[in-house]
Amino acid sequence: MEKVFMKGCEAIAEAAIRGGCRFFAGYPITPQNEIPEYFARRMPEVGGIFLQGESEVASINMINGAAYGGTRSMTSSSSCGISLKAEGVSQAASSRLPIVVCSVMRGGPGVGPITGSQQDYWQATKAHGNGGYKMIVFTPESVQEAVDMTFNAFEYAEKYRNPVMILIDGVIGVMMEPIELPDMISDEELAKNKAAKKAEYCIGPRDGRTQKHPVEVTDGGPMGKNHAAWEMYKGWAETETDVELYMVDDAELVISAYGIAARIAKSAISILRAEGYKVGLVRPKRVFPFPEKAFASLCPEKVKGILDVEMSMPPQLAEDVNAATKGAIPMDYCLTTYGVILNRDDIIAKAKEMLDK
Amino acid sequence: MPKVEIRSESCKACEYCVVTCPNKVLAIGEANNSKGYHYVVPANPDACIGCKLCAIVCPDAAIEVYK
Amino acid sequence: MEKIYTRPSTIREGATSGFCPGCMHSTVHKLVAEVIDELGIANKVMTVWGVGCCILGSGYTTHDSFGSPHGRACAMASAYKRCNPDEIVYSYQGDGDLASIGIAETIYAANRGENFTVIFINNSTYGMTGGQMAPTTLVGQKATTAPKGRDPQQHGYPVHVCELLATLQAPAYLERVTCLDAKNVIKTKAAIKKAFQNQIDGKGFSLVEIMSNCPTNWGMTPLETLEYMKEHTLKEFPLGVFRDR
Repeated sequence: MEKVFMKGCEAIAEAAIRGGCRFFAGYPITPQNEIPEYFARRMPEVGGIFLQGESEVASINMINGAAYGGTRSMTSSSSCGISLKAEGVSQAASSRLPIVVCSVMRGGPGVGPITGSQQDYWQATKAHGNGGYKMIVFTPESVQEAVDMTFNAFEYAEKYRNPVMILIDGVIGVMMEPIELPDMISDEELAKNKAAKKAEYCIGPRDGRTQKHPVEVTDGGPMGKNHAAWEMYKGWAETETDVELYMVDDAELVISAYGIAARIAKSAISILRAEGYKVGLVRPKRVFPFPEKAFASLCPEKVKGILDVEMSMPPQLAEDVNAATKGAIPMDYCLTTYGVILNRDDIIAKAKEMLDK
Repeated sequence: MPKVEIRSESCKACEYCVVTCPNKVLAIGEANNSKGYHYVVPANPDACIGCKLCAIVCPDAAIEVYK
Repeated sequence: MEKIYTRPSTIREGATSGFCPGCMHSTVHKLVAEVIDELGIANKVMTVWGVGCCILGSGYTTHDSFGSPHGRACAMASAYKRCNPDEIVYSYQGDGDLASIGIAETIYAANRGENFTVIFINNSTYGMTGGQMAPTTLVGQKATTAPKGRDPQQHGYPVHVCELLATLQAPAYLERVTCLDAKNVIKTKAAIKKAFQNQIDGKGFSLVEIMSNCPTNWGMTPLETLEYMKEHTLKEFPLGVFRDR
């Protein structure tokens, strides 16, 4: 473990390299340029490859090409750039390639403003590309969490042979914090892993392998591949949810928030608690699979309301929260959008308004 | 003596070999293969000189040549 | 008696190609497989399939392979080759794939001088989707989306990929060939072999454009397509070497 002071985007890049990433392709877009810039400097030092793609679309397809050969591969982008990458991520979900995509949200829709936002929750969890695929979507609230989640993302991608997304907002991307970096995975270990994965992913007869992609042709006939993916997604609900319950036990008001919004909400909660308001927070650390049980188990007799805090209009996380509670607990909102950062005092005011009613 | 052999199941009767053969060894045959093509046959086998040109132009690698 | 011409070893035993009668896609598959045999590289070849009729090759030859989304073969091949420099990588793409939806990926792979081989089938049409106008459709040539024939006022002119790429500094080898008779098939094979040898020698980006036909979508017999190519296609797309170093 090494202690350093780093910017979010750069820390993510370093964590990816320590987690075994040896191919990165990306295209410039604010507010995530520090990620490709860091890889461009750092990859040659570790024997990895950085390629600046001619477009977002080329970049995502490049990492798919690298992933076929068993190389741990990653790309990053922001919002409208992530839209363009949907083609390749959808293809990776179909070909069951283990890629890691970092989405640094800025405002939208369309080109939008370059400042931090949380408007791509649906894009990440509901309908990124065509065909109805799902990814595990990590939503860190701090640079340290972003580091830990990115370091482990490749393991998850390979475990499930599926794309994994790190979903952060422009605020965490540009924020500097003291962090502990994990140790680098050794070159020997990576080389062994690459060879094993390559043999698994490529179609072909080389070295006596079977001639078909193991997941392209399954026992289930033409529908088998998608059916197997669905079973996998359903299984995640049991095994892969990750949620933080913060001061929820005695809470009369529960805030639903993730990422930087949750971080700001925690700050609001400490002030509200000091004034005697019983406010808690349910924070999905992964927004897919959604931690449904954490919200479903809130008791309507005890919890008067849910305050959904997001940097998005319309609110997006809110829909999953309401689906989990089946609307049994009334919801109100504290929202910003179009790249405007949340204000802690607005959360405090809204929470008081709901509790004083 | 040189000879050509047609893999009748691979032949799609495009006739490239028929027009390429300098000695008119090959012709579209009477019989069908399983895909319904009237596959090419060596109608005039004695004229074969083993030049391989038929096999070279054959898109479907359906011709083997012996010499 | 000795067998002097036989099937290359990497055409799947007993397989018939999925291409239409007389389609030069089949010829090119055969030639690529022959070259792979002759260079002794069957055990380290990776094919990156483009979208369209190209993908029919995946059930025909037995090389290691993976598919790409529409137009992205050059991007995927670039990355695969860089991560696996000891392997021999080639993309196999048609004109819609390579010269329209994937033109950016093609130009930039060429411009980076990526050390892989591109086998480019130019048949002036979108074959698998049913004969729409391609970037390479000739002026006046009919297509389902240009029912009166390509009109430059409306559709612009055919795109010449070799000439376009020859404006770049990086490519090592660019040649346009055809398969319409035995002499040209032999030349095409030589070009394909050179494009693979260049990769083995580390020379960088090599592309062979093979002028081809599409009897089905041109609405002609295979023999008629040969005449059409001589009279029209090869006048618009002259054969030759555009870069060799």
